[in-house]
Amino acid sequence: MTTKLVVGLDGHPSGERALAYARRLAELIGDCELVVGYIVEWSPFSFQTAEENEMRHKRREEEVQTAFERVVNPAIEALSGSGLKVRGVVRHGDVSDALIAISTEEGAEQIIVARTSEGGFAKRLFGSSTSNLVMSSPVPVTVVS
Amino acid sequence: MTFFNRTFLAALALLAPAAALAQDAAPETVTLDQKVNAAFATATGPFVDLIFAPFPGTTFPWIVMWLVIGASVFTLYFGFVQFRFFRHAIKLVKGDYSDPNDAGEVSHFQALTTALSGTVGLGNIAGVAVAVGIGGPGATFWMILAGLLGMASKFTECTLAVKYRNEYPDGTVSGGPMYYMKKGFAELGLPGGGFLAIMFSIFCILGALGGGNMFQANQAHAQIVGITGDYPGWITGVIFAGVVFAVIVGGIKSIAQVTEKIVPFMGILYVGAALVIILVNYDQIGTAFGQIFAGAFTGLGVAGGLVGALIQGFKRAAFSNEAGVGSAAIAHAAVRTKEPITEGFVSLLEPLIDTVVICTMTALVITISGQLITDPETGRFVLNEAGTAIATIGDTSGVALTSAAFGSAIGWFPYVLAIAVVLFAFSTMISWSYYGLKAWTYLFGEGKTSELIFKVIFCVFIVIGAAASLGPVIDFSDAAIFSMAVVNIFALYFLMRLVRRELNSYAGRLRSGEITQYAH
Repeated sequence: MTTKLVVGLDGHPSGERALAYARRLAELIGDCELVVGYIVEWSPFSFQTAEENEMRHKRREEEVQTAFERVVNPAIEALSGSGLKVRGVVRHGDVSDALIAISTEEGAEQIIVARTSEGGFAKRLFGSSTSNLVMSSPVPVTVVS
Repeated sequence: MTFFNRTFLAALALLAPAAALAQDAAPETVTLDQKVNAAFATATGPFVDLIFAPFPGTTFPWIVMWLVIGASVFTLYFGFVQFRFFRHAIKLVKGDYSDPNDAGEVSHFQALTTALSGTVGLGNIAGVAVAVGIGGPGATFWMILAGLLGMASKFTECTLAVKYRNEYPDGTVSGGPMYYMKKGFAELGLPGGGFLAIMFSIFCILGALGGGNMFQANQAHAQIVGITGDYPGWITGVIFAGVVFAVIVGGIKSIAQVTEKIVPFMGILYVGAALVIILVNYDQIGTAFGQIFAGAFTGLGVAGGLVGALIQGFKRAAFSNEAGVGSAAIAHAAVRTKEPITEGFVSLLEPLIDTVVICTMTALVITISGQLITDPETGRFVLNEAGTAIATIGDTSGVALTSAAFGSAIGWFPYVLAIAVVLFAFSTMISWSYYGLKAWTYLFGEGKTSELIFKVIFCVFIVIGAAASLGPVIDFSDAAIFSMAVVNIFALYFLMRLVRRELNSYAGRLRSGEITQYAH
């Protein structure tokens, strides 16, 4: 049976370390599939203008496309020579909840993310999200430093 | 057609002083305000008279009866849907029935709060003060009743708005009464849907310029003047118009986005402050409710007596929560759901939050504060010199009365209220500029030039609204908003069977377990 590993990326360079570790682990396991996940942080309880609501569906499609183009597809390409099976997933929602949901749906053995000490967007995405993930994930989480 | 022509001519006449104002930046500012005021009152008079015409031989305006009958019919027709599906509405807002695969789309919560930001505002602060000032505390009773009944009107129009919205190939959506009138009537094989849609769109543009714009500018100016001292209204108007122009024409969306995020907190702060005042004066709560109930049925000596309290209560409730008006349906139409009726359930919370909770808070604070002068011997209210409203300490009315009532309990609160009023006014203007624009583009088509014309007219009316005095502005605002309800409720009577079909189907599937909650 194929072992699945979920790799959470946030577009930050530290994601490469998580990806490299996941690749090494997958090669050691042998029959292994990598699911590269990118989560667009989003809450159903935010406040929006009527115009934002009108455009929301279109924006969502654009966000998914951008995430694939800038983060997920380059990661898949980087692993293309490894002979591993790799797939990409982009979701909207809370980062830790969405990564857990992906790992549950996929029946993954482990979630791998990178720790980042950078500020700004990456910190917002993975700062407290990493600890939330570690605290609530039903499968083991590896945080690559 | 007479009605149509008169209204349209009134709208055209309104543009005349606007044009004069733009050319005439006279240094004699006080005279300018007065000129604007006089020209505005003359231009809007016939339209206002028509909408508020009383039943022959009575003082009861037919439009108030129209709204109440509409809300009552929908309440009965849908078997008190506002109470039966209240808990379900809460669950929908919490996201219990939201498909996780729709994450990133417009949620029920977002559609509700966006619609609320267009309705929660000055109607809750200034409008209630007008109702209580003229109709006495008894107006509150009728306001609450109108709010509860209005939940059914909102349910009907918002379900239809989602069901018959336009979804374009690029993923954007447009919805609202004009769309359900046209498509819904066509589906039922009825004639006249297109005509009603055009009528509604014309009135929606007037409503956007009146209640959604001039009234907001006017009361924001009144609030600022209360703190800074008197200065000409057109100055506030020009500043407001400049900021709104920057957002809707200049595309500086960050201003609108920041406002959207601050306004809910101002709303919570407002309700919190009202609760504190009410709780501190807990010994007067009984008396206040006594006045509300006694006043509802006797009038307690207010202008117009019982009927005066009732008319004011219903009028201000309708103006505040806009149930039956059709405006919020435009905002609700953007939600992502496979079941249009779910947005109907969610929307019925809107009049509850707006009117039954927030308006009642304002009314209680005004009643408890003792700003309304009563005769100590009879316990009845003393009328002002003109005999048109209850005499108040400092002779205040509108937002100034609410401010004085809050200020009598929390000295510094008028400053917070001033900021809240300005922000509420601004967010309501942004919402209504969107509603008005949707109606405008429905009539004249989408396109940069067409949209720019509407946006410029919208900004000019902010200046007029700030410069004119409260009386003519509030009359025109009411008339414009209520004229939307005339067409909308008329159409809803024909379309409500489509909603019942949806309701029966949904309720059946909910009972059978076909529709279940998602595990989150």
